[in-house]
Amino acid sequence: MAIVAQSTRYGKVTRTILAWAVGLLFFFPIFWLVLTSFKTDADAVKPEFLFFFTPTLENYLNMTENYDYWRFATNSIITSIFATVFTLAVGIPCAYAMAFNPSRATKDVLMWMLSTKMLPAAAVLYPMTFLTKNFLGIYDTHFLVIIVLSLINLPIVVWMLFTYFKEIPKDIIEAGKMDGVNTWGEIREILIPLAWGGIASTALLCFIFCWNEAYWTVRLTTTEAATLSKLIEGNRAPEGLFFGRLSAVSAAAVGPIVVLGWFCQKQLVQGLTFGAVK
Amino acid sequence: MGRIVLENVTKSFGDVEVIPPLDLTIEDGEFAVFVGPSGCGKSTLLRLIAGLEELTSGSVSIDEEDVTLVPPSKRGLAMVFQSYALYPHMSVRKNIAFPLRMSKMEQSEIDQRVEAAAQSLNLIDYLDHKPGQLSGGQRQRVAIGRAIVREPAAFLFDEPLSNLDAALRVGMRLEIGELHNRLKTTMVYVTHDQVEAMTMADKIVVLQAGVIEQVGSPLELYRTPRNIFVAGFIGSPKMNFIEGDEAAKHGAKTIGVRPEHISVSDSQGEWSGVVGVSEHLGSDTFFHIHETGLAETMTVRADGEVGFKHGDRVFLTPRADAIHKFDDKGLRI
Repeated sequence: MAIVAQSTRYGKVTRTILAWAVGLLFFFPIFWLVLTSFKTDADAVKPEFLFFFTPTLENYLNMTENYDYWRFATNSIITSIFATVFTLAVGIPCAYAMAFNPSRATKDVLMWMLSTKMLPAAAVLYPMTFLTKNFLGIYDTHFLVIIVLSLINLPIVVWMLFTYFKEIPKDIIEAGKMDGVNTWGEIREILIPLAWGGIASTALLCFIFCWNEAYWTVRLTTTEAATLSKLIEGNRAPEGLFFGRLSAVSAAAVGPIVVLGWFCQKQLVQGLTFGAVK
Repeated sequence: MGRIVLENVTKSFGDVEVIPPLDLTIEDGEFAVFVGPSGCGKSTLLRLIAGLEELTSGSVSIDEEDVTLVPPSKRGLAMVFQSYALYPHMSVRKNIAFPLRMSKMEQSEIDQRVEAAAQSLNLIDYLDHKPGQLSGGQRQRVAIGRAIVREPAAFLFDEPLSNLDAALRVGMRLEIGELHNRLKTTMVYVTHDQVEAMTMADKIVVLQAGVIEQVGSPLELYRTPRNIFVAGFIGSPKMNFIEGDEAAKHGAKTIGVRPEHISVSDSQGEWSGVVGVSEHLGSDTFFHIHETGLAETMTVRADGEVGFKHGDRVFLTPRADAIHKFDDKGLRI
């Protein structure tokens, strides 16, 4: 008995140490980033100032005064919110149809949706830039960014919603039909309230993915619709000497999403482990 | 009003035909029970009436109006599900009011009807509870409440008592019967339990593999089953079937005698056998008799006071007017 108790205690201690180690490993770059953002560009590259330096707000002040941080932030907020809303508006009816009126093709459609995520983005870079710039004339517009962000996230959003909706008993939806509701009524009165937790975590993840997206937002915008990703990219000076400035911009870009994530931890964990535990 | 007519109805899932062409009429105010073993298509048939499944061919009409292509929400029918299918995010009050709210009824009228339904179903104290806080029987009553407030043309019940324990099931059976007497609305009830069918129905529809084997009142089915399947399915314990010489004596391929139509004696009788298991119910005793040379086991229903023991040799005599005769196709002669 004593041996068992001891070994479980050792196991517990080991697991705790391991968890902290992994946690710190993931946290370190963020910590480093925040630390560097308070250094001058000159101090940032000197190893002797790794932990001990004279903190300065210069980088942050510089950023809001000279680089128009708020414009980029506003663009990020607008595009992420609209893309999330649009994705859900399309994704909810889509997942509803597949979950409650499945056909023989439903599984294939789901797989096909996922397969679009397997296409390397770089493969369509040229047609995307060429078409949006020269043909459609929507290059560097909010509209384009919203559409692109929506389409990128739609497959994963449909998959997540489908999994949540699948857990709602079909009988309840059918009871709704018998009680005289039409399809929209079913979605509004029954489906959304019942799957609220799942929809919220899906929306949150979608928002985070939109916010963090860098490949397309950097390449399909110049100034008008440029998001925070573009701001970071723009501060990546070729000389590589402006680490302090770059860090401040990055910290200010990831800051809002880290705070949002912190407050919604529960929903996020639920969203990320969807279907894993019943 | 609620006269339901099915004409030439068929249903296939892919290549599998679950309901071959079928005609059925359920009269206004009737309590019709679909009964049959699991997988016989009884629930599918109910769902076809509800509109929850699309017909492969044929037509369904309610009160002379063809509703084949009408969505379930517009058919004016109410359904009670086996799983209750209450809306878990709404209180009992909101659950019952839901169909009324969907039909845009005035709030004062809704309140009045919900109160009345809750009163008649003993749910007044639970109106503000969520379904999760209720027992199985209460949940089923809420489901019934949700169905009755709408004053539908007909009620559809899909094995509503299967999830309840035995005692509660008997109670709810009576309540539903009572409800039917009071409302006089058409009810279509699906069950695999022939006791439920016998006790509640005006008309029983016995189904097997999607085919209607017989339609009739409980006593008609009990007294004159059309074929061996119905004879074996209706009545509990099951009818005894005898083939061979004994059946030939009656000019049949198979004869059937119900356990309650065989008398048992220790001294004399037409057939003899050895007592196996005895099931004592108090009022009655069911003896399972072996070594009769007629069938592997025969069941006999005797008075509760009759006390044969395991291994006793007994003599059996069937009641002459209660022997059912079937031909080589299993049809009644």
